Amino acid sequence: MKHNSEVWVFIEQRSGKPADVSFELLSKGRKLADNMGGKLKSIVIGDKVKDIAVETFNFGADECYLIEHPDLHYYRTILYSRILDELIKKEIPRIVLFGATVTGRDLAPRVASNTKSGLTADCTDLKISDVNYLNKPFKDLLLQIRPAFGGNIIATIITPDVPVQMATVREGVMEMHKVDKPKEVKIKEIPFKPEETDNLLVVLEQHREESKVNLKAAPIIVSGGYGLGSKANFNLLYELAHAVGGEVAGSRAAVDAGFITSERQVGQTGVTVRPKLYIAVGISGAIQHRAGMQEANKIIAINTDPDAPIFEISHYGIVGDAAEVIPKFIEAYKHKLK
Amino acid sequence: MYNSIVLVKQVPDTANISGKVMKDDGTVNRAKLPAIFNHEDKIALEFALQVKDKFGGKVTAVTMGPPRAADVLRECLYMGADEAYCVTDRKFAGADTLATSYVLSEAIKKIGNYDFVFAGRQAIDGDTAQVGPQTAEKLNIPQITYAEEILDIKDGKIKIRRKIDGGFEIVECRLPVLITVLKGAAEPRPFSAKRVMAFKNAKSLMEIEKLVEGNSLLYADDLLQEYKSRKLFIETLTTDDLDVDLERCGIKGSPTKVHKVESVVLAGGNHIKIEPTRDGISGLIDSLMEDRIF
Repeated sequence: MKHNSEVWVFIEQRSGKPADVSFELLSKGRKLADNMGGKLKSIVIGDKVKDIAVETFNFGADECYLIEHPDLHYYRTILYSRILDELIKKEIPRIVLFGATVTGRDLAPRVASNTKSGLTADCTDLKISDVNYLNKPFKDLLLQIRPAFGGNIIATIITPDVPVQMATVREGVMEMHKVDKPKEVKIKEIPFKPEETDNLLVVLEQHREESKVNLKAAPIIVSGGYGLGSKANFNLLYELAHAVGGEVAGSRAAVDAGFITSERQVGQTGVTVRPKLYIAVGISGAIQHRAGMQEANKIIAINTDPDAPIFEISHYGIVGDAAEVIPKFIEAYKHKLK
Repeated sequence: MYNSIVLVKQVPDTANISGKVMKDDGTVNRAKLPAIFNHEDKIALEFALQVKDKFGGKVTAVTMGPPRAADVLRECLYMGADEAYCVTDRKFAGADTLATSYVLSEAIKKIGNYDFVFAGRQAIDGDTAQVGPQTAEKLNIPQITYAEEILDIKDGKIKIRRKIDGGFEIVECRLPVLITVLKGAAEPRPFSAKRVMAFKNAKSLMEIEKLVEGNSLLYADDLLQEYKSRKLFIETLTTDDLDVDLERCGIKGSPTKVHKVESVVLAGGNHIKIEPTRDGISGLIDSLMEDRIF
């Protein structure tokens, strides 16, 4: 099957507000398209979302497909996937990227199934490269890189035999950049045709709260792991964060153990952060966690286990019990401010 | 009365990986990994059992995997499933989510007569959350992912609360529908002691064949009939039983290929060791202040 060298990014919007991850993907998509000598297209679906379509050009889009209809106000799998299925089958882009949000993780697999495309979830890096696979050369494949198997390995996934390569990426993993000189706005409006099956599922109510936590913007993050042992011990982290002006986060193990809420999870399946300072307390440092914080400017690890992998990527290491180290830290910090 | 099919998976316990699991060449030694019932799939089964408790109907558990995956099906029977199907064949091995969802959708079509397909949101070995939506697409039915609570079922419709980014929504959907269930949505019921006694000897076709191999006095057909008549047979579906296109199964049917696997090697630790004392920490804070971090 013939395919072009276009990169498409599905632009997710929630009640008319675009998701950050979509613009992050446009920034990455711009690079991928340039590497292949191809175009970057944004796909905007919703009701009265033309502003978002225009905004995508600030993040590098060459062109935008805009599909607007009152029935598309709420995201619904059947409608959104039908739109993408039809567009993809008609135009056969080389790459389609989705945010690994609840919506992206609902939509991307449905579309991949219908178009028989390869799909890799939660990539931590994407690259274009020529590849020799089973002694056959392939030009400009998308390398879909992600940790696998409990973080003991990093796998590079390719989909050499299918025309469309798809991937999802978590929010914060790619960096968002506005382009210096946006291209001229070129929006192609595509009509939406309602079908009878559209109303098999209806959205009755939707409730959203602006997240009060913004880990990505925090200059200092105090993060706790399973090693802290209890929810009560997390209070120490809140005290430290309060003292130094930071936010509290946690590893997946800490979230799974119920020590902290999932919106504060740092790592491959949580948020990726790049703070000035990351203080990792009782975090062993599995690759999935490191994927979400290793680009911090400075990392301090506090752990009772001197062999914990977290020390390997830290700038400063303190071997000791958090219950003793953190109060000393707070005290010493407050003393300096005097 | 509503009939449910529940998709379950046996997964390596990736949360409890010890150093020994990695071989010297950097590959994973699967034999060293304990195999467990994927937790979110257990919650999916609990959802199905609750529907049955309230409205009646049948609960059928389905897994695809190697023959030893029959272990999780026995656990389904212990919890209350009425029937279990093991979808297993060497030709299904090495499947990615696309090929897996193809075979599962064919198995579901074969079993038929369902109002709900329940599955966990994702399995801990890959965390992809793809098999649910991909199976729904192939069955050509709606999907509700990230389900948190069943609010109501009536007039051929289900009302569900599901998680969305930054909140939740309530959706109403016509049956049949595939629903993936989020962790925390329900507490899986414990095994019933009575059911453990009743089903601990339930066996799949491969397990029965293995018994025969080890004992020249047994005949496979006779034994199979006996297990069936005692309701201890775990239905087994292979390529012979399913109307599948082999090009779409297993490795052949999987577009995603592993190009490269790198074992995670940590760079030598160049970090500065700070003593956990007042003086040590005080010195650290000085350095951070010099670097304008504080």
